[in-house]
Amino acid sequence: MQNILRLPDMSLQEQRFNMPESEYKYGFHDPENYVYKAKPGLSYEIVSEISWLKDEPEWMQKIRHRALDYFLKKQLPKWGPFLGDIPFDDIYYYIKPSEKQETDWKDVPEGIRNTFDKLGIPEAEKKYLAGVGAQYESEVVYHSLREEWAEQGVVFLDMDGGLREYPEILKEYFGSVVPYTDNKFAALNTAVWSGGSFVYVPEGVEVAIPLQAYFRINAKNMGQFERTLIIAEKGSRVHYIEGCTAPVYSTDSLHSAVVEIVVKEGARVTYSTVQNWSKNVYNLVTKRSLVLRDGLMEWVDGNLGSGVSMKYPGAILKERGARAEVLSVAMASEGQQQDVGSKVVHMASDTSSTIVSKSISKSGGRSSFRGLVKVIPGLSGVKASVRCDALIMDDESRSDTYPYLDINSPEVEIGHEATVTKIGEEKLFYLMSRGISEIEASKLIVNGFIEPVVKRLPMEFAVEMNRLIDLEIEGSVG
Amino acid sequence: MAKGSNNNILIVDNLHVSVEGYEILKGVNLRIPKGEVHALMGPNGAGKSTLAYALMGHPAYRVTEGSVFFHGENLLNKTIDERAREGLFLAFQYPREISGLKVFHFLKKAYISRFGIDEGTFSSMDFFNEVKEKTKLLKMKEDFINRYLNEGFSGGEKKRMEILQMAMLKPEMAILDEPDSGLDIDAVRIVAEGVNSLRGPDIGVLLVTHYQRILNYIKPDVVHILVDGKVVKSGGPELAEHLETAGYEFAGAEV
Repeated sequence: MQNILRLPDMSLQEQRFNMPESEYKYGFHDPENYVYKAKPGLSYEIVSEISWLKDEPEWMQKIRHRALDYFLKKQLPKWGPFLGDIPFDDIYYYIKPSEKQETDWKDVPEGIRNTFDKLGIPEAEKKYLAGVGAQYESEVVYHSLREEWAEQGVVFLDMDGGLREYPEILKEYFGSVVPYTDNKFAALNTAVWSGGSFVYVPEGVEVAIPLQAYFRINAKNMGQFERTLIIAEKGSRVHYIEGCTAPVYSTDSLHSAVVEIVVKEGARVTYSTVQNWSKNVYNLVTKRSLVLRDGLMEWVDGNLGSGVSMKYPGAILKERGARAEVLSVAMASEGQQQDVGSKVVHMASDTSSTIVSKSISKSGGRSSFRGLVKVIPGLSGVKASVRCDALIMDDESRSDTYPYLDINSPEVEIGHEATVTKIGEEKLFYLMSRGISEIEASKLIVNGFIEPVVKRLPMEFAVEMNRLIDLEIEGSVG
Repeated sequence: MAKGSNNNILIVDNLHVSVEGYEILKGVNLRIPKGEVHALMGPNGAGKSTLAYALMGHPAYRVTEGSVFFHGENLLNKTIDERAREGLFLAFQYPREISGLKVFHFLKKAYISRFGIDEGTFSSMDFFNEVKEKTKLLKMKEDFINRYLNEGFSGGEKKRMEILQMAMLKPEMAILDEPDSGLDIDAVRIVAEGVNSLRGPDIGVLLVTHYQRILNYIKPDVVHILVDGKVVKSGGPELAEHLETAGYEFAGAEV
């Protein structure tokens, strides 16, 4: 990646705190009634404490400590959004909200259960999900997997459960796709990780309906560090969806996840995200997939919330015929910076990748796209295409594109296209001349703009994305 | 000259319109009764499209003087969408492409807005059948409604799309801005048939055109000639035929 000039973003942060709460539907919080809340701040003691509380094997505790060493000595990135204001010393790195994980919503403590009810999770579970993991602060408080899939050998647990029940698999794959040395925040996650999902799909099993994980931050100054590992064996198929929200506070929270995915021969994994953190959350995540022969990895990534997001879901196409598709939508509104994109490395011949990014900037928001495509030497039959489209809604907003193509093989078919459009008086005039109000017309244009990505989401999530976009537009136009 | 003048749906009086500080319309007078089709002809740059855009309320077209009454009410203090909801329609010469917005969804939104229908009680099925019927009339392919609005449409498809919208939104006053421009003769005929099927006692039509050709298919009741921002001559259909042979110069010469 290139070094991008750092920008003074104090004003952005100030704006963020002045957001009217009414625009964000999930800004409520519950009283804290926790089983355990570690002291704020990061230290070797906290890391040991987390590991001890979880009764982890020694090797995991060692990795945590090595990762903490790395985190402490590594500088903040010199490119991208300004991160110098993250209050690392005030963050709570571990909160255990309830006694144990439940498999029946009835047994989840009432306050927490009510929150997930408001978020519509139990209802969605009944209607169209194969399994659900619900994380609240640092721990997964509820987990389920339909019998049908459990019988076929599908494993869907929180990561802590995965470590307890499948230590050999964890030992083999944990940190194999995203090592803690990848970046400062991957190191932080490795040091203090808690919760997240462990998914294992046996050979040939197709999980026909999605699994969903939902992440909820509740406490002030919370740091949430879930860790996810998905392994799709030969010829298997799975769709994993994550959603997230947090209360609105006047101080910052930090969300820093690591997601590792292994797509084996001929397998297909779809990972969809509807990210809707409140605007006081820093969202700094590392997501990567290792794709083996003829495997297909699809990232469908919707970023609407958070104050600062840095997220570049990627794929390493390791064997012949491996494919990756990365489709993303980002909306940066007042006080927000969406720094998103993708990173794909072609390491074998006949591999292909498609990156499609759609960003919307409005009310002074800033969106940046970074796309890295790397092709190692000596390959043939590689295809890569990068397309990024930006829609700018007004003169105060900004959009930047930083494509980076590192092609070392001659026989590569590569396409790159970038467009920037303003919402445009002419399009609004056209729609309004049919009787459609300005707000409705703006919604139609924006939702049309992101349609190529949103249509890849399951219907319920597409509807949710459109609804969230509509709410953002209603909050600013007129 | 216009007949049935007590039934005027649109009255334009001494209309002056400027674009980026330049005065384009310099005192236009027009009266269009319900049930009539008026053709507005004129050379390039006379201000024909400016009149169409100004009547619809485009913000770049500033009215500096004069008045417009639409079914007895002042039109000029209304927003674009209000004008449309009250029954004014503009078929664009260059319809905009809206990527990702499906034709059917758009038509539904427009229809609901135009007639103030509650989306919850709206029957998509009845609406779908009506759209389908109208697409047949305009000889449009059925998959048309699943395409993105005007994106990748041929010139003829775009023009037919405009007429389809007119058919669905049932305006009281329709301004058609060069509905035949860029079309071959078969496409002109289809568009004209569409317009003719929508003619009737309840609608006034202002047909803006540079060429006389489309008037062979859509017979106007009255023809106006616009030169340099003013209506210089009005008359019956024979005026258009005369123009065809004599050109606009004869009209200009009479100014």
